[in-house]
Amino acid sequence: MASNSVFLLMVSGQIESAEFPEFDDVYCRYCFTHGQDWLITSGLEEGITQVTKKSQDEKQRFVWNFPIDITFKSTNPSGWPQIVVHAYGPDVFGTDVVRGYGNCHVPITPGRHKLKIPMFVPESSSAFQKLTSWFLGRRPEYIDPRVVAQGEGREVTRVRSQGFLTLSFNVVMKDMKKLGYDILPSDISHAAIVESVGPAPTSSEA
Amino acid sequence: MPRFLEEEGLYVGVRPSVANRNLNKMENRLLHEPDKGRKWFGEDGRLKALPDPLKKNPSRPFMTDEQEPYLETVFRKAVMREFDYRYIDGAIDGTGRYQLDADINSIVFSHHHLFSREHVLATRLTDLYQDYLARKKKNMTEFLIEKVHILPIITLCCQKFLFKLHCFCRHTRTVKDKEEEMDRQLLKNIIHTWKELKSIREFQNYNNTPIKLQVIKEETSKKEDQLHWKQEIEEEVGELQEDFEENYRKELERYKEDLDRYEKQQAAKAQEKKKKKIKEKEMSAADRELLNEEDLLQPVMPETFDVKLTREKVKAKAMAIRRRPGEPKLFPELSNTATITPTNQCPRGEQQRRDDVSKTKVFVKILFNDKEVSRTPSKPLSQDFRVTFGQIYNLKIVQWPESIKFQIFEARALGNDLLADLYAGIPDPSVTSQSVQLEEMDFSTDLKIDKTNEGVGSGVPFTFDVHGTNTMILMTTGILCSSVAWAVDSDGTPLVPPTTSIAPTNYYNAMKMMDPVAAIGASGVVDLDKLAKWFQESRLDPNDPNNADLVFMLGSKSTNVMQSRDFFRLEQLQQEFDLATDEEMAINRRFRLLTLRDNEIPEFKNYKMAPAYERELPRDLFMEYERKQREEERIKETEDIEAHRAAVNRFMQRVREQVMRRFRLAQHQKRLEDVVIEEVVPNIGIVFTRLLHFGEPRRPLRPIRKERKKVTATAVRGEQVKILLNIIRASSIPIRKSAAGCLLYWHQGRAKSLSKVSKSVGSSFDNQEQILLFQPLVRPYIEVMFQRNTVRTSVGDGPNPSFNEELELPLKVTNDDYSSNNLQSMNDIVYINLFDEMVVDMSHDDREKGTVVHQKLEKKWLGSLEIPFSTIYLNTKIDGTFRVNTPPVLLGYVYEDAMKRSDLESVLTKTEHNTYISMFLTIEPQLITPEPVRERFSTNEDEKLLLHAEKWQQELTNKHPKRLYKPSVIDVNGKSVFVTRYFKPLNIPDDIKDLNLTTEGTAERVAHYVSMIPFVSDTVVFPGLCDIWSTCDQFLRMLAGDEEEHAVLLMNYFLHLGKRAYLLIGSAIPEGPTAYVLTEEGSDFWFWNASTGEHFSYHDSNCPVQVVGCIMNQDNVWGNIQSYEKPVQMDFNIANTSAWRPIFSRSYPSPMLGSIQPEMLQYVATDKKHAEDLQERIEQHLKNKIMDWRSRTLTRWNRHCTKIMRKLLPILEESRGQEISQHHLEELEKQFSAYKVSGFPMNMPFVDLEKLVEAVFSTGVHTQESAEEFALAVYIHAYNNSVLSVWIYVASLTK
Repeated sequence: MASNSVFLLMVSGQIESAEFPEFDDVYCRYCFTHGQDWLITSGLEEGITQVTKKSQDEKQRFVWNFPIDITFKSTNPSGWPQIVVHAYGPDVFGTDVVRGYGNCHVPITPGRHKLKIPMFVPESSSAFQKLTSWFLGRRPEYIDPRVVAQGEGREVTRVRSQGFLTLSFNVVMKDMKKLGYDILPSDISHAAIVESVGPAPTSSEA
Repeated sequence: MPRFLEEEGLYVGVRPSVANRNLNKMENRLLHEPDKGRKWFGEDGRLKALPDPLKKNPSRPFMTDEQEPYLETVFRKAVMREFDYRYIDGAIDGTGRYQLDADINSIVFSHHHLFSREHVLATRLTDLYQDYLARKKKNMTEFLIEKVHILPIITLCCQKFLFKLHCFCRHTRTVKDKEEEMDRQLLKNIIHTWKELKSIREFQNYNNTPIKLQVIKEETSKKEDQLHWKQEIEEEVGELQEDFEENYRKELERYKEDLDRYEKQQAAKAQEKKKKKIKEKEMSAADRELLNEEDLLQPVMPETFDVKLTREKVKAKAMAIRRRPGEPKLFPELSNTATITPTNQCPRGEQQRRDDVSKTKVFVKILFNDKEVSRTPSKPLSQDFRVTFGQIYNLKIVQWPESIKFQIFEARALGNDLLADLYAGIPDPSVTSQSVQLEEMDFSTDLKIDKTNEGVGSGVPFTFDVHGTNTMILMTTGILCSSVAWAVDSDGTPLVPPTTSIAPTNYYNAMKMMDPVAAIGASGVVDLDKLAKWFQESRLDPNDPNNADLVFMLGSKSTNVMQSRDFFRLEQLQQEFDLATDEEMAINRRFRLLTLRDNEIPEFKNYKMAPAYERELPRDLFMEYERKQREEERIKETEDIEAHRAAVNRFMQRVREQVMRRFRLAQHQKRLEDVVIEEVVPNIGIVFTRLLHFGEPRRPLRPIRKERKKVTATAVRGEQVKILLNIIRASSIPIRKSAAGCLLYWHQGRAKSLSKVSKSVGSSFDNQEQILLFQPLVRPYIEVMFQRNTVRTSVGDGPNPSFNEELELPLKVTNDDYSSNNLQSMNDIVYINLFDEMVVDMSHDDREKGTVVHQKLEKKWLGSLEIPFSTIYLNTKIDGTFRVNTPPVLLGYVYEDAMKRSDLESVLTKTEHNTYISMFLTIEPQLITPEPVRERFSTNEDEKLLLHAEKWQQELTNKHPKRLYKPSVIDVNGKSVFVTRYFKPLNIPDDIKDLNLTTEGTAERVAHYVSMIPFVSDTVVFPGLCDIWSTCDQFLRMLAGDEEEHAVLLMNYFLHLGKRAYLLIGSAIPEGPTAYVLTEEGSDFWFWNASTGEHFSYHDSNCPVQVVGCIMNQDNVWGNIQSYEKPVQMDFNIANTSAWRPIFSRSYPSPMLGSIQPEMLQYVATDKKHAEDLQERIEQHLKNKIMDWRSRTLTRWNRHCTKIMRKLLPILEESRGQEISQHHLEELEKQFSAYKVSGFPMNMPFVDLEKLVEAVFSTGVHTQESAEEFALAVYIHAYNNSVLSVWIYVASLTK
């Protein structure tokens, strides 16, 4: 394995803050999903943040500043890692319920990236179930939060967005270019950019 | 001394404020330093300190996280607008600037209702004068006079066109005459009007208009004039005479002709009349015609020219139209020099009129495309009925100009009167406001306004005279001076729309900018072929620029476009984006790996980190896979004795591939429950049972196994996974015959002694008894083998030992893949073997007997139990008492109970000798079992039926979650099929039918036949799949299946035999969920295990069926709704609706579903010779194997024994593995009398050699070191359709 050509993707960053206008005492869990050709060489694949209360100012922001630090090794960009964040918080009865699922790919270009991702939850399948789930504190949840990182089976769910989460990533890569993948615009030596797509502009006398 | 730097004038900054206490502390501390902290103190004796670095005000700009509001991008939705033909740019907010300038200069009324009579006359006079001026300017009369003078001269010159010139001359003269007449008339009118005007002025005694006419007289000499006059008259007369003479000539000629004809006719008529008189009857038709002809008029002689008369005429004419000789020439001259009488000197009427005039206001509306865009201010009418606006109105337009209209209004006290609509022409693009000239537009209106005071009104009659003659009606008329032109902006560019005329092409041009479809052109929409055809047919000029687009489109692609393509590409550009060709994909091993992984081929499904380069792939990557492929190939190719097996394998492979494909499709379709956990709506029943659980009494003497935590496949990695066995006890193990004999003796002795009631018990007897008791009956232990790992219990005691031991076996998994799919497809078997441990005395030397104990342990196989790993895995735990499969003949052993009873008894009642083991099996840690695959396969069944079945199933499952209800199953095509379709009487194998046994015998034989079809779990055949039911013919072709297939086939045979049979779905030990066949045998019910061929009565407490879910036959499915589920406690009367809930009842009658089973099963007799061949091969193979296993010692084969065993095996087959009669046994024992024989026959279906070898190995016969000789016999009984019953008899012989 050691002799194999791999490229490395080093990601550090933070789960910075979130906006959940209606909730309080929220904490997050995150996990990374990746394709079969990827391996985590160091860092934590999963994590859980502290519980945070919303700020007193008018922004009402939840700030975690929870660090993420993970390094991937891969042979194939297919199955690029994605981070899945799911937030939880107590409902009126004090039971922890899910407040949102969100995901995004780790940015594919090196550098600093700040991303704002929407957080959504699956909806109850009927009004009655919504009522009972509210009473019992058992909101619908994904069996596997990683579902949000894949497209399969999503068509059966209905979701509602509940807030936003801000993530920042610092991405460093190694040997990506060596394997022949161009990820920066400057890497592309022979840019074959189509000059105009669509109809040629018609000349008008006006 | 401290210095005071500040006082010395040095700059000292502001020290940061530190509390004095802290300062003192610090100073104190520093003073304790070795050098008294000298360097810390400044020259002023205080601690050194830098000035406060903090600034008063923060200099860093305040940063906000929020984005600047003006930098935020705002989303604007792209709006597709309809193209509007009315607009120049196609839309109301087009970019072009277009402007029209309308110049409205002035209005002059040529009649107005406020005109006074004088005004009317003045206007008329002015008009006449204008006419006069115009005429004078043209000077037509003079020109014509000249012409008339000159023409005769020309006539003289060129005689050629004489006649034409004459005509022309005469024509000119008449025109001249007319003009002269008009001139004269005009002059007369002017003078007349002027006279009238003067008379009116005189009459009314004031002046309204400044008009004044002066007539200038020019004296002429009368003589000259008369000369002219005469000359002209003469000329005219001369011309007339010429004309006349010419006419006269023509007339004369005609006259002569006419006269001639007349005379002729007269003569002819006269002749006819004569003829008529002679013979009237013979008159010809022509003659009659002639007669009837009208008589021609007698021609009149033309008159000769009368010179005098003509001259008189000419003179009269000249008198009328021409100035008379000597009369002065008159030249009128109009001027505005007359003074208008001031208003105060006028009479009252006139004053009022003038007042009205100045009160009247006029304005103009400008309408663009019939919409008012602007209007002029209303301006008062001046006394000479003139309104001057002198304004230019700028119209910025977006619409194409269709009309520009001016509306002239007269403002009055109440409302406005529309005087006229005037349409101005839309200017040419060349007409700009710089080059435009004012135009005069006449207008008039038919508005009727009555005269007031002195005004004449409009549209109403009035007179000039007081006496009321000569009435006339005048309409309000006038002239509008205006112009419309395109504006010019400050750069000098005209603001004109793109093209001159509003032609459709312009719309199209503009539309192009708006409409992408139009812009792309028709190429994307229409059929190119048709277009090309049309292009050719219509013979468009390819050089016409209008057709340029079309020509380009059709021509650039050369001719091949013109030919029709007979294929259609979905992804036209796919080739461009293909990184590698298909061949490259095939050759490249990396691509191959990725493809295989994508296709979820088991070997590569979870392959991690596929290398980036082909060269980095492990060399042996595909070896395993290719080997497997080759094997499959080989299976397909071998024309071996196993030809039929090969065919079977091929068929199975095909079915498997097909099912897998469908299954993969189905697996990737998820349901909400697969993705989202949602609490089900609690129903009252669940709540109630929950509450009941609280009230349940604790039972410490009945411990319940705790639920363990399940471990996911990923968490297992690195940990050791084990199979745990808790072997509790065994019962009714056969005992050694040697010991049994003694025991029997002991029993008998005991009985005897009891009967004797002897008090004297002999010491010898006692001694003997003690020896007997010392020799163990049997020393059983249990050995468990899994994946060739073996563990064993300690030795138990007696035929009913209690072990209570926990055994562990490691679980080895290929690829370390603990995913459920992989685990399911493992087809390893846990062999649980029951052995008797024998202590064999080794020492043959009598000398050492007293001192040395030299013993050897040997094990004798007593029975075995096989549990497939998949069963353990799918059931997570197996708990219960199992019957051990014991060989029908176990030489050297006998059952205890058989011995206890008298011989008579044993003959009368057929005893069942069964050994049982109680144990508990599970996997540690508990692995997650695969979620039962929800059967959401496509189906051909009626939607309503399935719905009903599902409802039925749902209802019952809710009530009895442990019981299995199965109204529909999946067939090999991966489609849901209603279960009753599987049942149908099917003919039994021909060879069994030929035996002509009793029904009972046939039933047992058939059961045996079915059990000889190899058992393969569905999970092995279809990894990761649920139950698949194949039909009986498929089952017989595949020669492999699990419980359902066996049970269905057996049941169908039973139906054929006329039994009342049902298929029972439930769970049993050790199989877990399974299918049995239930038959009604009088008052009894029998459960048939189709895969072993055994049957149990429902009274039997050891019946393996634990839970009865539902039973079914070809008509209906009955769900068990009794409170008990163990067969012993159950009522099997299916008519009892309180016990059984049928799926088809009165409310939903059976739709009489057809069967999917074939009409008849086809049986092929198996080649006997082939079976014999196979038999020999197996025997040879097994012998070799045993010799291999015993490589350390010599293995000798006893031929005699083998021969005996070969004779015995067919008898065993006859009796279907039941105990053979005692007499046979005795015979056997007699034969073996020379040896101590320990061995047993085994019966199994033929799958392949490996399986047989494994079975023999598990018995451990080869491990018997003490054996001197071995015997092995194989017998194959071939049933129809290659169902082979294999008998293996292995034995070890000791002298």
